[in-house]
Amino acid sequence: MEQNHTEHTDHFDPVASKLGMWLFIFTEILLFGGLFIVYSVYRFKHPVEFHLAHQELDVTIGLINTIILLVSSMTVAMSITALQLGNKKLTLILIAVTLLLAAVFLVNKYFEWGAKIHHDIYPGSEFLLSLSKGDMLFFGLYFFMTGLHAIHIIVGMALLGVTYVKVNNGTVNQNRVSLLENSGLYWHLVDLIWIFLFPLFYLIH
Amino acid sequence: MTGNSTTHREPSYLDYQGKYTGIRAWILSTDHKRIALLYMYSQIFFFLAGLVMGLFMKLELIAPGPQLMEAQTYNALFTVHGLTMIFLFIIPGLAASFGNFMIPIMIGAKDVAFPKLNLFSWYLFILGAVIILIGVFSGDGPPDTGWTFYAPYSLKTNTNVVLSVFGAFVLGFSSILTGLNFIVTIHQMRAPGMGFFRMPLFIWSLYGTAWIQLLATPVVGITFLMVVADRMLDIGFFDPAKGGDPVLYQHLFWIYSHPAVYIMILPAMGAITEIITTFSHRTVFGYKAIAMSSLAIAFVGYLVWGHHMFTSGMSETARLVFSFLTFLVAIPSAIKVFNWTATMYKGSISLEPPFWWAMAFIFIFMIGGLTGLVLGSVSTDIHVHDTMFVVAHFHYIVFGGAGIAFFAALHYWYPKMFGKMYNKKVANRALLMLFIGFNTLYLPMFFLGYMGMPRRYYDYLPQFANLNLLSTVGSWIMATALIIVIVNLLRAKKGTPEEMDDPWGGRTLEWKIQSPPSLENFEEIPVVEHEPYELTSK
Amino acid sequence: MSEHKQHISTYKSQILVLLSLIVLTVLTVTITSVHLGAFNTAAAMLIASVKAAIVLLYFMHLKFDEKIYRFMVTLVLAIYAVVIIITFFDYLYR
Repeated sequence: MEQNHTEHTDHFDPVASKLGMWLFIFTEILLFGGLFIVYSVYRFKHPVEFHLAHQELDVTIGLINTIILLVSSMTVAMSITALQLGNKKLTLILIAVTLLLAAVFLVNKYFEWGAKIHHDIYPGSEFLLSLSKGDMLFFGLYFFMTGLHAIHIIVGMALLGVTYVKVNNGTVNQNRVSLLENSGLYWHLVDLIWIFLFPLFYLIH
Repeated sequence: MTGNSTTHREPSYLDYQGKYTGIRAWILSTDHKRIALLYMYSQIFFFLAGLVMGLFMKLELIAPGPQLMEAQTYNALFTVHGLTMIFLFIIPGLAASFGNFMIPIMIGAKDVAFPKLNLFSWYLFILGAVIILIGVFSGDGPPDTGWTFYAPYSLKTNTNVVLSVFGAFVLGFSSILTGLNFIVTIHQMRAPGMGFFRMPLFIWSLYGTAWIQLLATPVVGITFLMVVADRMLDIGFFDPAKGGDPVLYQHLFWIYSHPAVYIMILPAMGAITEIITTFSHRTVFGYKAIAMSSLAIAFVGYLVWGHHMFTSGMSETARLVFSFLTFLVAIPSAIKVFNWTATMYKGSISLEPPFWWAMAFIFIFMIGGLTGLVLGSVSTDIHVHDTMFVVAHFHYIVFGGAGIAFFAALHYWYPKMFGKMYNKKVANRALLMLFIGFNTLYLPMFFLGYMGMPRRYYDYLPQFANLNLLSTVGSWIMATALIIVIVNLLRAKKGTPEEMDDPWGGRTLEWKIQSPPSLENFEEIPVVEHEPYELTSK
Repeated sequence: MSEHKQHISTYKSQILVLLSLIVLTVLTVTITSVHLGAFNTAAAMLIASVKAAIVLLYFMHLKFDEKIYRFMVTLVLAIYAVVIIITFFDYLYR
């Protein structure tokens, strides 16, 4: 079950890096987990305000972004299949499509946030401070959680970008898919978090 | 397979010449042993800094009324003392130093799974320390919130909270990466034959610790970020004026910070297990029970955070649930103590310094543990909450437990790490002095707290004067003893390979290789054929 | 050990997974647009959990990996669930 490795400096163990990635994903889950606890406590305390405040958010944009992320999750999964089958060109195309979808997601987010800020809804704005406590908490959580999620999208894009370069120059290839697999895992995590953010912010009843 | 050491010796990891020379050979090294020493030296440095702050606090409390400083200085002092001791000394604790050094060796590997990540963790650790340090010396003065950063005061105070909180966030990240590295190492790098149930118990305790680091630290990380956001963006997550709930801050903070106590104490218990087994010259009693109790402590310890909040305004139900869960943790802890005792029973014990340190640990830890029961049950806790009683209990556990175990481990593995032996007589006497100083310092605090002296005040009523004076004198005895301990270790003398390779008759893998170990630890990856701690004829 | 059977997902299965995820997403939006009281939130969370499970099992490959990963993920989620429940012992009864 164990292997004999030769030199620890260039030691490479795909199982170890995958396990490492999963462990890192656990920490990410609990990082957002803390926020979900905060969300559920405040929603429990201010159910009516949360319901009214959520109507400010545009379900259509949320839905479009959800589908964009789901599709990007599929393309990244497909890129792994493509690389495992040795189709480098298709792998590169699929990673590029994923990156493109991620960018579209961020652009949507930008306009969504921009519209809120235009309406004077942003943390610490005078208008927001004049609203009820539940409203303040809802929008505080909305900006904080989607903002943190957006940062994760950017990190994921950076990871996939590096992977793209490495697939292109052949360091990541059919026999050594680890990096792509792990970037893929990270990307799915970003999707996973959005799967919960979407109903919690856009679909309150 | 035992140390036929004299025949052929590789250059040790201390002398090894690699790509770099001078200081760069250390700060750019990915060797787990050098990184372990980097951690150890930085931790001891921070420990001494925290010690000095503690001494000043005790000096202020030598008599009623202001002595040396104003109230605000005292507030800053106990905050920074706490930050330094907790985040920079005892949370990395035995794991980052001795764990880093010993995990690969004890499981028969050449390094950890991700050597570069290991070095990166140390850099994050230093970065976090520097950020905290900048926070202390810049802006509107050092934070005065206590190391817990309780909201809403941490949102309102004008002192430099943001930097300290952010520094703690970075330190948390470092801790997470170390834990991640250890888990992968233990899963993937064990030598052939080294099954999970053949691992030394120190490794088991570090495995439990690593999981807590991984699963608890992110919660406080995000909480600290929310405090930063509250202060900088005015969001109001924990600000009652904006609908926030300060008690929720306490929940999130203790969801990490209670398990953090186990991050400190579990590796300590692991090291003590190693020491007791080695010096009793017996196989450990109840190997599986000890291994499983480490995981049980890690798991149950995750669910008891609320006992820090009995007087914060939680619901009655929550208080009862937390009190009940708290008593549950006592079970696995007691399993360990009973197993240590049973291991010593009928053993042929050699009374070497590390063994005495372990004894001091058990004694002090027991007092800490038993007074913990007073704090764990709701009715008695309300009486002593936020008094010196809590301070005493906390120091008995964290300093008397984890801190003393740190020095016990240092005395135990010192010959292995440096190939040198300290003066054992001085070590024993210094320990005795430390033991007396420690109890003189902290025991009176139990009584002070019971009598009603609150913590975190720079002044007190005249009836508390005698015991406080006694406590301050104790702090001097203890500090002197600590200096003797460190000087004694620094003055250790080089021994011959025969003396140093296995000075104690240890049976785990680290005693089968040369002291100090070579860069690669093992010339050849060993094949493990024995059950853990099995006595083999030499 | 690196020679363990690598499971390669087919493109077709991935498209099917995506389709099921999209169907579930549309389902949540429709369900939450009708008034069902507290049941709305429960339904939305249930569907989100099913979606998450699909992503974990198929896209993140848990279904085909060694058992240890499934075990770890379950354990982590279970601990998190217990933490939420215990937290609500405070808020539900305050």
